[in-house]
Amino acid sequence: MAYAMKGAETAGRAMAQDGLARGRRRSSWLLLSPAVGMLALWAFVPLAMTLYYSFQRYNLLYPERRGFVGLLNYQLMVTDPSFWTAIVNTLLLVLGVLATTLVLGTVFALLLNQNFRGRGVARLMVIAPFFVLPPVAALIWKNLLFDPLNGLIGWLCTLMGLQPVAWFTVHPMLSLVIIVAWEWTPFATLILLTALQSLDSEQLEAARMDGAKPMSRIIYIVLPHLARPMAITVMMESIFLLSIFAEILTTTAGGPGDATTTLTYLIYIRALLDFDVGGGSAAGVLAIILANIVAFFLMRAVARNIEE
Amino acid sequence: MANLELRQVGKWYGNYEAIKSVDLSIADREFVVFVGPSGCGKTTLLRMIAGLEEITSGDLLIDGVHANAVPPDKRGLAMVFQSYALYPHMTVAQNMGFALKMAGMPRAEIDAKVGEAARVLQLEPVLGRKPRMLSGGQRQRVAIGRAIVRNPKGFLFDEPLSNLDAALRVQMRIELVKLHQALAATMIYVTHDQIEAMTMADRIVVLNRGIVEQVGTPLNLYHRPANLFVAGFIGSPKMNFFPGRVQRADASQVVLALAGGETFIVPGPESPPAVGTELTLGVRPEHFEMAAQGPLAGTVDVVEHLGVETLVYVRLASGAIVIVRTDDLSRVRVGENVSLALRAGRASLFDSSGAALFHAMPE
Ligand SMILES: Nc1ncnc2c1ncn2[C@@H]1O[C@H](COP(=O)(O)OP(=O)(O)O)[C@@H](O)[C@H]1O
Ligand SMILES: [Mg+2]
Repeated sequence: MAYAMKGAETAGRAMAQDGLARGRRRSSWLLLSPAVGMLALWAFVPLAMTLYYSFQRYNLLYPERRGFVGLLNYQLMVTDPSFWTAIVNTLLLVLGVLATTLVLGTVFALLLNQNFRGRGVARLMVIAPFFVLPPVAALIWKNLLFDPLNGLIGWLCTLMGLQPVAWFTVHPMLSLVIIVAWEWTPFATLILLTALQSLDSEQLEAARMDGAKPMSRIIYIVLPHLARPMAITVMMESIFLLSIFAEILTTTAGGPGDATTTLTYLIYIRALLDFDVGGGSAAGVLAIILANIVAFFLMRAVARNIEE
Repeated sequence: MANLELRQVGKWYGNYEAIKSVDLSIADREFVVFVGPSGCGKTTLLRMIAGLEEITSGDLLIDGVHANAVPPDKRGLAMVFQSYALYPHMTVAQNMGFALKMAGMPRAEIDAKVGEAARVLQLEPVLGRKPRMLSGGQRQRVAIGRAIVRNPKGFLFDEPLSNLDAALRVQMRIELVKLHQALAATMIYVTHDQIEAMTMADRIVVLNRGIVEQVGTPLNLYHRPANLFVAGFIGSPKMNFFPGRVQRADASQVVLALAGGETFIVPGPESPPAVGTELTLGVRPEHFEMAAQGPLAGTVDVVEHLGVETLVYVRLASGAIVIVRTDDLSRVRVGENVSLALRAGRASLFDSSGAALFHAMPE
């Protein structure tokens, strides 16, 4: 009897709580909806419009010749050799910058984690490029460093009796990778330096007692510790590197030829230089798909890394 | 084979003197425990022996060889860290084999040695696991295993049991003592827990604020503490201290006037202290007994029944609390008035500087 009473009481309380929870859920939806609505508008409207235009023949030079063309825009895009060149260029740029920033970031982080006089100033200087706006960074490199006549690198070459190089003509992609890597090395350094500071110093001491020399300690203790922050760096940088634009526009404008035309830049050319809204939109949709494929593999790699 | 000798070893961190001129010699196969309150310099001293911390002054000799400048991996000593410091991305087997791998030992030989250590430490089922998948006790064992495989001359332990729960701690204590017997290696063990020190050590080194207060066997320290610090630190519950003044003294006994007004007669040294000398009387809780007539009277404040024994907290008229350990369970009640007398004349006298003057131990 007492038990039954108790049971009924609990059930009653549970029901009351259920009702309460439902009410709370409703009111929380009400409060959330403006934010969610804004987000939806902000993200979905442009996406929907891009999708819509990608199935349209719509060139601003002949706006009257408009209409649904099915997958024609996509077909033209994937059969266009410049599209595949752009994909290769994008991968070259992203992978080149990732590799460079990870290596340099690790080296800088290891150096800046040491105790030495003026460490604060050194840290500030390594981080500084991060605060330079992309077009400014590109122009600094283009005019003050890479320029064969007035640039610092050209001057150094002449000092050593070498012929100055017209960087953007001879090594356009390499130049671009250098500029973007210069901008993004501070980011990698910052993340890896923070990670280094969380490494338990007793682990390094244990390794020292175990007879591991400095290089072995880096290989067997420090780098494995950095694996996860490195994965996170790769993910964060990839998101930004896939959409690199200002640096290309202000230096090579995608050239010479299409040597530095990445997917992002190709979309710009199609949509805003050729006025082909349909073709540009199709390239945009393909870029989104590509980015998502990359994101999928990255997320999986990072998730596995974090699970470990 | 490892005997160690420390000669006036000192350590300065900037202008803070963490270790002040420690002289100590440790024999081969000895189990020595460094004990002292937190911050007294135990870890610092151990790390100097390990080679992880530079020795500011003095000399360290290992097997008679001057070792101040010998790098840590060349000293033949293995260390078990308080945090265990296992390599988190390596399996248990890789953790244990790391030192051998660094020494360039062939793979098969490493596997054999790791397997052997794992068998001794009952780690065979978890050899393939990463440290984070292990229990605290297993991690502890891996840390010890990592030290064992190197077959070192000596082991250094820094509070290895402080992260374990009480039951496991008792068990690991016994296992470490057994391990010491099996390996026949020198062991230096750091702890702040005097019970660990008492139960495990061949010899205990009591440290306080960077100086060695006393070195001796556990029983020696317990019965003949060199000063007030050691007397208070070794033994739980603590020794009771009563400040007082010598009223009368002859070759066999001292009459003390305690600060609380009581008069206390204790056995004294052959050369009696001068009348009027400030002394401190020390009596261990088990060296008091409830008596019909005793020099100390008070009321029972708290009674703790521990089963095999009972701790009675007696409040004196002066407000001071005296702890009495007794196995007589029948009499004591909270609030009751009791008298305390010395049992078998056991007491210690300390002079005003804190140094022990006399330990009364009539046989
Ligand atoms: N790296 C260091 N720099 C400055 N002071 C230190 C350092 N390591 C320890 N100390 C100081 O030295 C004293 C002894 O420390 P430690 O040996 O760790 O004590 P214990 O292990 O006995 O608790 C402490 O007061 C501590 O603050
Ligand atoms: Mg310590």
